[in-house]
Parts: sequence; structure tokens; C-alpha cells
Amino acid sequence: MKRLFPILSILTAVFLAYALHLALGKSTPTDAQQGEVYRIIYYHVPSAWTAFLLFFVNFIASIQYLVSRKPSTQAAAKWVVLAIGVVGVVACFLPAVQRLIPAGMRPSAVATTVLLIPIFYFLIGWLFPGDRLDVLAVTTAEVGVVFCTIVLVTGPIWARPVWGIWWAPGDIRLTSTLVLWLIYVSYLVLRRFSSSAQTQMLAAALAVFGALDVPLVYLSIWYFRTQHPQPVIGGGGSMDPRMLHVLLISWMAFLCFAFLVCWSRFRLELLHREVEEAHAMESLAGEGVAAKASLPLNRGPR
Amino acid sequence: MNGIKFLFAAYIATWVIHGVYLGSLVRRFGKLRRELKEVGKGK
Repeated sequence: MKRLFPILSILTAVFLAYALHLALGKSTPTDAQQGEVYRIIYYHVPSAWTAFLLFFVNFIASIQYLVSRKPSTQAAAKWVVLAIGVVGVVACFLPAVQRLIPAGMRPSAVATTVLLIPIFYFLIGWLFPGDRLDVLAVTTAEVGVVFCTIVLVTGPIWARPVWGIWWAPGDIRLTSTLVLWLIYVSYLVLRRFSSSAQTQMLAAALAVFGALDVPLVYLSIWYFRTQHPQPVIGGGGSMDPRMLHVLLISWMAFLCFAFLVCWSRFRLELLHREVEEAHAMESLAGEGVAAKASLPLNRGPR
Repeated sequence: MNGIKFLFAAYIATWVIHGVYLGSLVRRFGKLRRELKEVGKGK
């Protein structure tokens, strides 16, 4: 494992450099309307997708952590998640439900997304047993906030030359993304400054509600007319295949990078807990010594 | 439309944010390792 990390780091650095070369290279066409500035898409959109994925993993890990306290709840949750997967996939192909799906969005794409819920649920539960679920939750929340910050920084930089403004107040896509960022920042603040024994449970509950904002952010441009462009990927519009190719390569590179950052943050959290445990043992040992030393004194007066 | 400076600003901002975060991870790792060593010495 110790050797694998540097090897993967080098491969990811090469992959990111290749993605950057494609993003800025002459082989990728320039946008007819926006010119070269459109190339911000190769960092802005992959960062947003990576943040969504990390918040989704945080959501699943938080639910798993909440239900893992009681075996009966855990068993019930497994059946509920299975039911969500089966019913959700079947429902996507019913005409009544298809009418609710925004025009241009493929029902098969929605069904695939719904199917990811049980897949991720069981995979995460299997890979991260017990308290490691909580470690995974804090890891994905923190790295997700970093990627979401990039979205909120690169978005206005892109908006200024294209829209003529840095920010469109009241735009639902922009506002919901900012709210999403604030929710996860408050999640991290809660974890950092609360010393209650219930902090992990409270944070998990906050994460479950916070994750509800992710579909709102994603679907806002499908359901509402916004200053933010309407979707050009996933059936909502058209994108030059060469641009789409570079966008997907860039996303893969950022996913590899996010994986490595999460790996480091996960190890850091384990180390942090190890240090806390060592401090607790030290103070317990200290109390033990103090108690032994004070025993004769306590008994003396009797 | 000359957006080159905005394009580079966005790319640089992205890597500055990642750099600052990675730097904070390295700093926290160092601090925890030192702390763990000190706790180990105390035993």
C-alpha cells in the first residue's frame, strides 16, 4: 500500500497534465461564441461533478453510520434501499413518471442514477465497516467542499467575460450551489468545534439533509429558466464530440486526483483518532497512578 | 472576446486552492505525527 500511493500519484499527475494539454491544446476546437474562455468548462464542470459524487458518498456513509447503531434498523434499511433501487428503476419506465422527467433527460439516465443508490450503499457498507463510515463521511465532506469552492470561484471568473457580471443574484443554480457549500462548511465547523458525544450522529443527520440540496442544484437548470446555461450534456443539448471527449478525460483525471486526496485525508483522520486514543489512554493511566498514590491517604483517617 | 486572462485566472485559482488544501493536509500530518511521538515517549 505504501508503494502504491506514490505510483498512483505519479500516474495521476501525468493524467492531469495530459488533460490540461488537451484542454488548452489547438486540437480542441474553440467555441464560436465565447472564444477561448469557454475552456474554463474543463475545470469548472469536472470539479462540480466530483463535488456532487463526494457529497453523494458522504450521504450514503452518513445513512449507513446512522442506521448502524441498531442491528434491527440496519436490517430494515437494507430492504428499504433495495426497494428504492427496484421501484425507482421500474418507475423510470412508466409513462406517468416519465412525464415528470424534464424534456431531454433520458429515463435510462435517471434509472442508472437511482440504481447507484443501492450499489453505493452496499459497496460502502462492505468496504467501510463500523466507525470507518464516519471517517469516510468526514473525508468526503471536506474534499467535496474543496471541489465545490473551486466551482464557486471558477464560475464567476467565467461569468464575468461571458455575462458581463460576476454573479447573478437570485439565479437558482448559483444560489443553490452556494447553499450547498454553506451546508457542508457548517457540517465541517460542527465536527471541528463540537465536543459533544453526539457530534458524529448530529453531523451524520446534517449530512443527510444537506445532500438533499444536490439534486436541487443538478436539476435546477432542467426545471427552471436560469442565467446559468441550460444543460448541454446528458440529453439536454448538443456539444461537439471533441469537446465532450476532453471534458470526460478531464473529469477522469480529477476523479483520480480526488481519490488520492480522499485517501490521504482518510489516513489523516485515522491518525487523528489514534492520537486522541493515545491521549485518552495517557490520561487514564495518569488517573490510575494518581488513584493508587492517593489510596493510603484515603484509607488513613478511617 | 479576449478571455485568455480569465481562462488562466480560473486555472491558476483551481490549482492554488488544491495547493493550499494539500499543504494543510501535510501540515496536519506532521503535527499529528509529532504529537503521537510525544505521547509514545511519555508512556
